[in-house]
Amino acid sequence: MYDIKELYEAESVRDAIRLRLEHPEAQIIAGGSDVLVQMREGKRAGKELISIYTLDELRGVCLDMEDNLRIGSLTSFSHLTKHPLIRQHINVLGEAVDMVGGPQIRNIGTIGGNTCNGVTSADSASTLHAYEALIELTGAEGVRRVPIKDFYLGAGKVDIRPDEIQTAILIPKASYENTCGYYYKYAMRNAMDIATTGCSVNVRLSPDKQTFERVRVAFGVAGPVPMRAPGAEAAAGGQPVSAETAEAFGLAVVGDINPRDSWRASKAFRQHVAVEMARRCLVESVKRCGGELK
Amino acid sequence: MKDQFRLIEFNLNGKDVAKMVDCRASLTDMLRDDYRMTSVKKGCEVGECGACNVIIDGECYNSCIYLAVWAKGKKIRTLESLLGPNGELSDIQQAFIDETAVQCGFCTPGFIMTAIEILETGKEYSDDELRKQLSGHLCRCTGYENILRAVKKTMYKRLGKPMPTAT
Ligand code: FES
Ligand code: FES
Repeated sequence: MYDIKELYEAESVRDAIRLRLEHPEAQIIAGGSDVLVQMREGKRAGKELISIYTLDELRGVCLDMEDNLRIGSLTSFSHLTKHPLIRQHINVLGEAVDMVGGPQIRNIGTIGGNTCNGVTSADSASTLHAYEALIELTGAEGVRRVPIKDFYLGAGKVDIRPDEIQTAILIPKASYENTCGYYYKYAMRNAMDIATTGCSVNVRLSPDKQTFERVRVAFGVAGPVPMRAPGAEAAAGGQPVSAETAEAFGLAVVGDINPRDSWRASKAFRQHVAVEMARRCLVESVKRCGGELK
Repeated sequence: MKDQFRLIEFNLNGKDVAKMVDCRASLTDMLRDDYRMTSVKKGCEVGECGACNVIIDGECYNSCIYLAVWAKGKKIRTLESLLGPNGELSDIQQAFIDETAVQCGFCTPGFIMTAIEILETGKEYSDDELRKQLSGHLCRCTGYENILRAVKKTMYKRLGKPMPTAT
């Protein structure tokens, strides 16, 4: 038995909004792989819960009218990894979430839950940042879309208003078009582990594959919230596709990130790993685009 | 709490069932306490060990972090469903015995249900792929190699192919 004070089961998005307004103290529960565990640990014991897990309308991936990728917030990690649209347009996201926990966790865990926790070690976070995802929130007054960098307010804090639930994550077409990406998770074990550092890179090469048209990189656990590395992006953007560019790109990361000391790893170690990860991710992304490093 | 007990109808191991269930219960609680499905073990109860693993609509879930009320309308399979009409063991269970993949047995039902999901895809997997798919389970006793071999052996048997020898 869980120490749940009240369980409200939402029957639709509108119903969830009503429940949010009626029970301001209640915690939203999606797949529950974080909320229920915290409850068991005592952290959220005795709390009210609003379950949205059974809202199937929030599952699935599609292209919207403008060809943006629209990912329902309750889509599980395993379904994301298998989905043809994800594989075609943003394979790296499917690969990143395929590294969350173990197989059973990837069946219950949802992309929306992963972002709403505001946890910087979330495997999805760096890739969503690197692709400038938009978070769709539905509330009493309608729908609003927030760029993911504004959605994460601080460690464990996200921008969800008291009447809102997260209903989708969008990847703009301008962001995913003609790109290839690579995610690198550095953790102590191969499964059931939380990332020490995660790095996600995606590149767009010129038609002749000689120049980086656009480079994006984001880190999880490099700071209190997931973050982009603009200095590194500028160091590689517009540059020739070469080993030197990759090297310079990696080194530039140090100017951008601010990792912390924790029991998982020291700051100096995280910094060292970040440089190497960024370089490797860039190299792999180029290969995936069919390019070659001179 | 108002309406603490809620009516849940679902399909358990091929049979339609219904129950008033405490909405604070995990699916593990319900399966063990209300239906005596004692193959569903309570290991860590925080989703880390896989001892409570069951198949819901064809996919594996740790039932300890799954609310019982979410079972509504679902098809749930536990290890009990594998026994033949006269209590015969299934091929995968027999393989676990033959390969000494069982010692204390606490992790076994969870592992076997994941093996069922793997085997029922009808695909051939490499050792690395099998390891990855089995990685959501902890075993204190066997060191995993025997478990991997039991799953692999059954996979090849079902595929009607000889198991490659040297690894
Ligand atoms: S008892 Fe459910 S995962 Fe350990
Ligand atoms: S056989 Fe004892 S835990 Fe696996």
